This record gives sequence, structure tokens and C-alpha cells, in this order.
Amino acid sequence: MNSRQLSKLTARLGFWLLVAFVVVVAVFPFYYAIKTSFTPSSELFRVELWPTQATLANYLQIFSQRSFLQAIFNSVVVATSVVFIALLLGITASYALGRVRFRGRTMVLLVILGVSMFPQVAVLSGLFEVIRALNLYNNPGGLILSYTIFTLPFTVWVLTTFMRQLPMELEEAAIMDGATPWVTITKVFLPLMWPAMATTGLLAFIAAWNEFLFALTFTLTDSQRTVPVAIALLSGGSAYELPWGPIMAASVVVTVPLVVLVIIFQRRIVSGLTAGAVKG
Amino acid sequence: MSTPVTESAPIPARPLPAHYRSTKVRRQRVRAAWYFLTPMLVTLSMVAGWPLLRTLYFSFTDASLSDMGDPLFIGLENYLVYDNGRWFGVLADPTWWQAVWNTAYFSVVSVSLEVVFGVIVALILNAEFKGRTLVRAAVLIPWAIPTIVSAQMWAWMLNDQFGIINHLLMTFGIIASPIAWTADASYSMWAVIMVDVWKTTPFVALLVLAALQMLPKDCYEAAEVDGIHPVRVFFKVTLPLITPALMVAVIFRLLDALRVFDVIYVLTSNSTSTMSMSVYARQQLVEFQDVGYGSAASTLLFLIIALATVAYLYLGRKQLQLGGE
Repeated sequence: MNSRQLSKLTARLGFWLLVAFVVVVAVFPFYYAIKTSFTPSSELFRVELWPTQATLANYLQIFSQRSFLQAIFNSVVVATSVVFIALLLGITASYALGRVRFRGRTMVLLVILGVSMFPQVAVLSGLFEVIRALNLYNNPGGLILSYTIFTLPFTVWVLTTFMRQLPMELEEAAIMDGATPWVTITKVFLPLMWPAMATTGLLAFIAAWNEFLFALTFTLTDSQRTVPVAIALLSGGSAYELPWGPIMAASVVVTVPLVVLVIIFQRRIVSGLTAGAVKG
Repeated sequence: MSTPVTESAPIPARPLPAHYRSTKVRRQRVRAAWYFLTPMLVTLSMVAGWPLLRTLYFSFTDASLSDMGDPLFIGLENYLVYDNGRWFGVLADPTWWQAVWNTAYFSVVSVSLEVVFGVIVALILNAEFKGRTLVRAAVLIPWAIPTIVSAQMWAWMLNDQFGIINHLLMTFGIIASPIAWTADASYSMWAVIMVDVWKTTPFVALLVLAALQMLPKDCYEAAEVDGIHPVRVFFKVTLPLITPALMVAVIFRLLDALRVFDVIYVLTSNSTSTMSMSVYARQQLVEFQDVGYGSAASTLLFLIIALATVAYLYLGRKQLQLGGE
């Protein structure tokens, strides 16, 4: 009896240790970045787990740079536009793929799945040419266009899954009333799709906000860059004098909104990710 | 975007089935489907289909970034050519093969670790305990952090002089002197793998967790009644049942790992000891301005990923057929 209780206690203790370990590993780097962002640069060489002195100097420094503010603005514009386009094209396409039986549907779905597997670098030179031809080089427009390569297939895929789950009766009633497919989408399905659209929109936003390769390649000047590139290039100076305080401050500024969004919408995100992956 | 408004179908006396199958409505729907698909298909062909074909074409030319206008067709020279007693081209470049090896090593090691850790984290999150929601939110944080930011955060923590990791390891007496994690060739790959595993384990954990929550409860109750050890239950019951979800997670992660770019670019720049195929291709394309050569490398990467996908799907199906009931 006693030894059984003991082993039960050890098991529980072990479990809680494991939970604590997982949480610390997951959170610590972000905590440490926040801590560093408040550390005065003179204190950076003293490695400490807890802040002893706090300063806003690093934040003041990055926010006094016009290029950083511009980068945030560019990122917001690019990510929002990408989400809008992906949802607009995605909702109509997913109606077609989710609710209508037609020849070539499987083919289209396979193409979409194929595109989502593309290594970005494989289209880099071809896309570079397209963007130049459209006069969108070094312009957020070029990024908006190029980001649809990964946001669109994913949006269509997830929305199609959701679309399929909606009851058939709704659509039959609409057809009975003589509604055209366009009316069916906008008046019948759209009101029911908001949760799915919020989820896919958020995931597309995160993907666009985080993208690096295209942003690095298709922009040239500071004023056209997005935040990931701005942060990566903050360290571009000499290898021995990296401005770690400002880099961490910028990192925190860029990450906090995402972390807050993800925590608020975590249930939605989980269902969105699994709808896209497991059921697909 | 608008669709032509066709006249509404006549309302039949006997409703649904017959009406729904009426060819008029069906034809209308099929036509509408294609109208609806067109904008998406046009966009995808503009950003994916056409650029891919152009990349393929460039790989057979001497195009350069400064002059992509009218490149000269040079056949397979970017891939492999024998000239003056020596082999040239991507396939003869030891750096390329190093990049292939790096990418394969990175992919296999980090995806394996992510699957193992992902399953463990998912099992934890699947257990009933106080504060589970909080723990789940905490676990999601690495996934929410942009790759670039997580690479910078770790670069700072792994800094050889002022990094907290060296500091901690030295405090605990694990290492005697600071390690140059990102600069030293023997450690940098592990640094890259560590950052990737940290960032993407939550993704695998979420997919596995979703599968775990769909498992039937009764076999666990039966196992508990029979007094079967939980570890045995995991390997005999849980693991086989979540295998399909795991396979999905693995293919997603594998495809991501094979095209890895940003973690490596930020942590170790263009160092050959960690260079991935994507980093190699981009360096040729953008920094060396050699679009033809870089496109050849990109095409090879594309082929490798396509091949890996097909092989994985084929083997996966076969294995499921053999193992499944």
C-alpha cells in the first residue's frame, strides 16, 4: 500500500517535472529575448538570467529609425493584402472544389497540393522575371503577388475541407429557390464560413508576416523591406559588434502581436491546422 | 468577379432529387465552378506554373541576373560538362554535394527529433491536469515566433562570448571553455538543428494531439482493466492508431526541411558546413548573379523534393496496406 502510494507520487512528480521542463524550454528563449531587449548595452556582457537594470533605450533606438517603422508598415500592408486576396480567391475556388462534382476536380486538387510543396527557391528565378516584367521589383506589390504561391493553395485546401462539411440541405434549398451559385456562396455559405475564414486568414497572415526568402530577394532598399528582412539585416555589420539589444527589441516588437493572436485564437488555429493537414 | 446570371430553373412538382440532378442545374453549377476556379488557377500559374517552367528553361541557358533578356541556350552545361580535362557544373561541384548532404542530414535528424518530441509533448497535452490550457498556449509560442526572429534569438543565446547557453553550460561544469556554436563547423549544424526542432516541435505536437483526441476511449479502459503497462499500451494501441497523423506530420515537416533556408541563412550565413540546397541555389542566383547555374541547382532541388514526396507516398501507402487490417 505504502510503496504503491510512493510510486504513484513519484509518477506524478515526474509528470509535473516533465511539464515544467517543456514549458521552460518553450518559453525561455522568448523570455530571454524580452529580458535582453530591456538590458542596457553596457550590461550585455554580463550574462544574467534575471534583469538587474531595465532601460527603454533599445526600443527608443529602433523606433527612432524611420526604416524600421516603414518595415512594419510594409509588413502590415503585404500581410493584410495577401490575406484578403487568398480569402477572396479561396472562397470561390473552395465552393467549386468542395460542392460541385465536375470532371478534373481531382486534378485541380492535386495541382494545388503540388504547388504547396514547391521549394520556394525553385521558382525564384522565374518569379523574379515575372515581377520585373510587371514592374513590381522592389515594391510591396511584388511580395503580395509572390506570397500567393504559399497562402493560396493552403487557403483553398482548408476552406474546401470546411465547405464540404456544410449540410447539403442548405444548398438544395437555395437551388430550389432558384439561386445562382454566386448567390448561394455570398448569401448562404459566406455567413457560415466566417470561423473557417478567420482561421485560414490568421494562418495566412502569420505565414506572410514571417516570410523571408522572397522578401529578401525581391526588395532592394530599406524603405521597401518587410520586418523579417529588416531584423535579419540589422546584424549585417561587423561580426564582433552586433547590436543585440536593438535586435532583440525589434524581435519582441514583431513577435508580441503574433504570440497574442495565437494565444487568443489557439483553439481555432489547432482546428485549422488539423483540418488542413490530417483530414486533407 | 461575377458570373453570368442564367435564368432560374423551373420549380418542379416533385422536388429535390430529380430537380437536383436535372442537367440544367448541373451544367450551370459545373460552368460556375470553372468560373470560380479561374482566378485562382490564373494566379497560381502566374506565381508557380510559369516561373517553374522559366526556371527550368534558365537552367539550360547562360542567363545572368543583370541580363535575363535573351540568354544563350547552352544545354546541360550548367549541370555537367567536360571541358579541358575537368568536369564542371552543379553536379561536379563539391559544395553542391556538401549542400545535398547537409540538407539530407538536417532533414533526417531534425524531423526525427521533432516527431519524438512532438509525440511526447502531445501525450502530455492529452493528459488531464490543471492548467492544461496554459501549458498548451506556452507550447505554441515557439511556433508563433517568426523563423527569422527565433534564429536571431538563438544566435544571441548561442553567442560564444556573451551567450546564456555557454554561460549555463560552464556554470554547471559541462564545458570548460565557451563554444563558438554558430561559427565552429563541428557545432553549427547542431545549432541549426536545435533551433529548428525548438521552433517546429509544437506543429508536430498539435497534429498528433488532434489524432490522440479522436482515439476511442474503450480500448484504454479495457487495457486498464487488464492491467497492461501504459508503455505497452502506447506501442501496441496508441502508436498504430496515430500513425496516419504522424505520417502527415512527417511529410509536411520533411518537405519544409528539404527546402530549409531562413534558419540557416540567419544563423550561419553562407558557411559551407551548414549550407542547404536552397541556400546554395540562392547564393548562385542572387549573390553570384548566375541565374543559369542557380536555376540548375533549383531544378535539382525541385526534382529531389518531388522524388522524395513520391517515394514517401508510395512507401507510406504500401506500409499502411501491409500493416493495416
